[in-house]
Amino acid sequence: MRTFRYLSGVSTLALDTARCVGCGWCEVVCPHGVLAVSDGKAGIVDRDRCMECGACAANCPAGAVRVTPGVGCAAYILQVWLKGKAKASCC
Amino acid sequence: MKPLTGKEPIAAAAGPCACGGASGPGGGAVSCCDASCDASVAADGDSGQPCCGGPQAPAASPMARPGYELLPFVASFVTTLSGPVPVVRTTLGRGDVRGTLGARLGYGRDGYRVAPGLYGVGSPGPDSPVLVTADYKLSFDALRRELSGIDAWILVLDTRGVNVWCAAGKGTFSTGEVVRQVAASGLERVVTHRRLILPQLAAPGVSALKVKERCGFSVVYGPVRAADLPAFLRAGNRATPAMRRVSFTLAERLAVSPVELYHARKWLWWAVLAALAVSGIGPGGFSLSAVWERGPWLAAATGAGLVAGALLVPALLPWLPGRAFAVKGAFVGAIGGLFTVSAAVGVFPGAVPVSGRVGMVLLAAGISSYLAMNFTGSTPFTSPSGVEREMRRAMPLQAAALVAATASWIASAF
Repeated sequence: MRTFRYLSGVSTLALDTARCVGCGWCEVVCPHGVLAVSDGKAGIVDRDRCMECGACAANCPAGAVRVTPGVGCAAYILQVWLKGKAKASCC
Repeated sequence: MKPLTGKEPIAAAAGPCACGGASGPGGGAVSCCDASCDASVAADGDSGQPCCGGPQAPAASPMARPGYELLPFVASFVTTLSGPVPVVRTTLGRGDVRGTLGARLGYGRDGYRVAPGLYGVGSPGPDSPVLVTADYKLSFDALRRELSGIDAWILVLDTRGVNVWCAAGKGTFSTGEVVRQVAASGLERVVTHRRLILPQLAAPGVSALKVKERCGFSVVYGPVRAADLPAFLRAGNRATPAMRRVSFTLAERLAVSPVELYHARKWLWWAVLAALAVSGIGPGGFSLSAVWERGPWLAAATGAGLVAGALLVPALLPWLPGRAFAVKGAFVGAIGGLFTVSAAVGVFPGAVPVSGRVGMVLLAAGISSYLAMNFTGSTPFTSPSGVEREMRRAMPLQAAALVAATASWIASAF
């Protein structure tokens, strides 16, 4: 996976270190190793690998990680543009 | 009652039981589908020999129940305090392989599901781990085929026939659905522990904390790939960092690309028809001979764009220039277009003038760019913010390429 990189500087991922309790759930669930805990606090290791799946935010017990989750699929986004979010379906 | 020996005329004439017609080699003799034959079976009653004379089918499985079909992947049932639970095989049968092929090629993808609920594998007991998965049959098969020699429970959620990761993204593989299936299956009476192993890719839809709050079962996220489950279980439910990362190998990329070709059936014929129609336009108005002479080349450029965007981009993904998929697609599509141009020039040097050749390359590049952009949905690393940014920039250019290609193709006829 190290070979694949997508567009830089686009991810909506945000980490509130003050709220972080260092539990490590975000590190466990991230499929790209974007987040890692060191010295009892989570940190963003490589923001541009974030695909905004939302796993970290869904499993953060402290509400310290925020991201606008979604599906990185052009066909789906096009449907949202044309038909609206309610009627769009994935493939 | 005398059993049939195979020498009776009925048996001699009858084909296999699936026979549709009545005439066998005996000419006009009855087949097993005939009423007279049914009567003879009835008359022969206890002899147990079918009239067709073939080998006798085995007796009904003791697991058979009226109104239910016993699925081939179910090996037996295990009795639990919450009732009988099907134990599934860890090998894939021919039907499973056929089903996988249909799902991968696209035509058998919708409704390829297993019933949600509790299953077992091996000799599961009260201490066995509980593995949670989606009801997409491909997901279910991918899981059970890795579990040979392992005793475990499999809890299948109702994810509407969608795989784990996509279902988590859509919210059907959710905290609520986990809680619902735990209750519906009576899991708390089947196992003595209170632990669920979820695939890591279910995490976008599930809050481990809330599952624990709502049903008392704690969540452990297992590895991304089912193939790593045996090692994960052996290590006491611990995943190595490699087990926690998604991959996108050549084999994985090729497995998801045929679906793109399948989707193309909706527009490909219209595109070819349009290419032929545009080719008929010339100095003398519309001519059918121009359709035949020029049309195939533009249709070939359309096909080159399709192959480039739907097959070559997925295959060559790591080696293509640019981060944006639209750029990668345009690059491969332009090369595909150049190939068709050189074929056209090689076969028929005068067939396509220079402006027409430019049109062919633009068309192939535009189509391939659009299709490559759509492939973002099949990859495990593109973010929605990134895809949206790419689309806003690329789609006007793709539309412009299509218009310019049409214009220069028409111009090349004059």
